[in-house]
Amino acid sequence: MRDNPQSGPSNPTRRAFLLTTGSTAAATVIAVCVPAHASSTAGGADGPNIEGAVPMTLRINGKDLQLRVDPRTTLLDCLRETVALTGTKKGCDHGQCGACTVHVNGRRVNSCLSLAVMHDGEEVTTIEGLGTPDALHPMQAAFVAHDGYQCGYCTSGQIMSAVALLKEPCGPDDAAVKELMSGNICRCGAYAHIVAAIQQVRKNV
Amino acid sequence: MHTFEFIRPADAAAAVATAAQAKTAQQGADVRFLAGGTTLVDLMKLNVETPARVIDVNRLPLDKVEATADGGLKIGATVRNSDLAHHPTVQRDYAVLSQALLSGASAQLRNMATTAGNLLQRTRCMYFRDTAMPCNKREPGTGCPAITGSNRTLAVLGTSEHCIATNPSDMCVAMAALEATIHVQGPKGPRAIPFGDFYLLPGSTPNRETVLEPGDLVTHITLPQARPGSKQVYLKLRDRASYEFALASAAVVITIAGGNVTHARIALGGVGTKPWRSPEAEAALTGKPANAATFRKTGEAAMRHAKPQSENGFKIELAKRCLAHALQIATTG
Repeated sequence: MRDNPQSGPSNPTRRAFLLTTGSTAAATVIAVCVPAHASSTAGGADGPNIEGAVPMTLRINGKDLQLRVDPRTTLLDCLRETVALTGTKKGCDHGQCGACTVHVNGRRVNSCLSLAVMHDGEEVTTIEGLGTPDALHPMQAAFVAHDGYQCGYCTSGQIMSAVALLKEPCGPDDAAVKELMSGNICRCGAYAHIVAAIQQVRKNV
Repeated sequence: MHTFEFIRPADAAAAVATAAQAKTAQQGADVRFLAGGTTLVDLMKLNVETPARVIDVNRLPLDKVEATADGGLKIGATVRNSDLAHHPTVQRDYAVLSQALLSGASAQLRNMATTAGNLLQRTRCMYFRDTAMPCNKREPGTGCPAITGSNRTLAVLGTSEHCIATNPSDMCVAMAALEATIHVQGPKGPRAIPFGDFYLLPGSTPNRETVLEPGDLVTHITLPQARPGSKQVYLKLRDRASYEFALASAAVVITIAGGNVTHARIALGGVGTKPWRSPEAEAALTGKPANAATFRKTGEAAMRHAKPQSENGFKIELAKRCLAHALQIATTG
């Protein structure tokens, strides 16, 4: 989304605005977080002195990032606030809604119930690592084609779950897909379209 | 969340030595082992768990599923619930365990949650999870508001006047029926604990949930050799079709010969303060014809000592029918 050619100082988008203000708020209010996009060594020698912060490396969407994080930082908060990848959403923050779903070492997890430090050296894929606006991942394209969302807040989690599902043991019918997608709640109720999108991609894989 | 020191131990011995400095055993302790995080991180966010030190055991070599010399199965402490559920040996010989695991949580959570973490997962009682409320399990001596409050999902077996919290695990119900053994490495060396001896009833000390001592690290679980020809079923009843804790569940492992039940291991979930093995149900089945009348009586026997609270009396009938239906599925499926 940071590659979005539509966003920029002269042509601000809602998303770019929120991203900027969100990062500022994070840096000032949530002292446990260290902005990472300033340099490759976020929170390094020049970063704020956070008591108890530990150095770690995450490979996020194919790129190695050196970070310093307070051990309390969840993987979700690290992605959103430290690395400023806000495509991953915070819903319930207690592993009950699935909005925060990302892949760690190729497997889907709830990033809100995982501490970032647990994943030192591991590979994380977020919605930003799946496709680009010009080259959507087939699952992203299928969600668009089938209208698999309404407000869109749960969508990145739904898509990350759906992409992981493609590699998991799953029966052919809709019921099997619904069961394996039950960890992703959609309060708009786009479930029927989400299942249709996933089934279309499964047929084409 | 309170601050804590994050520790990644070089080996199990280092983990045990550090954890042995805790004042109490694992659950609620000031030194905690961290595996999948699905319970612990959740409760740390709520300030229900406030460890000063957190020992990450994820990189210890405890993640293997292996055959044992006596034909059983050894399951490492950090084997993920999804990996265990889909392991070919588990699917073939311990189907009740695979079914129980797959009925729990969501696909994401099963990718994170571990075998030992599931053993030690804590109750979903809303009073336990809310630090604004009294709770004898969280703060001994403060009282149990659930007894006079919201208790629809809470236990009807094994309760006390101090605590009626339900054990929320599905996996453990299957483990109880399969007569698993829990292997622990502690400050004084290794020991093996039969599954039936691992959990404590709440009594007057609901804060103490297992026989684990400070420093005890669950390293693996073993299952005895599968009984040839046994029928296995895990049936879970809940408020919605998926991604919900059990109101009542039943794990059934039975063998039938000549129309009679020759061997039965029965455990119940969602109704007990611990994973609830039922010798009463097993006695009601063994030697009896495998039919609906026997299964109904088995349900009655299993719940004979159940004690309803103000909102959860329905669970007693639900559990009876759940068990009878699980037996029906096992014998006809």
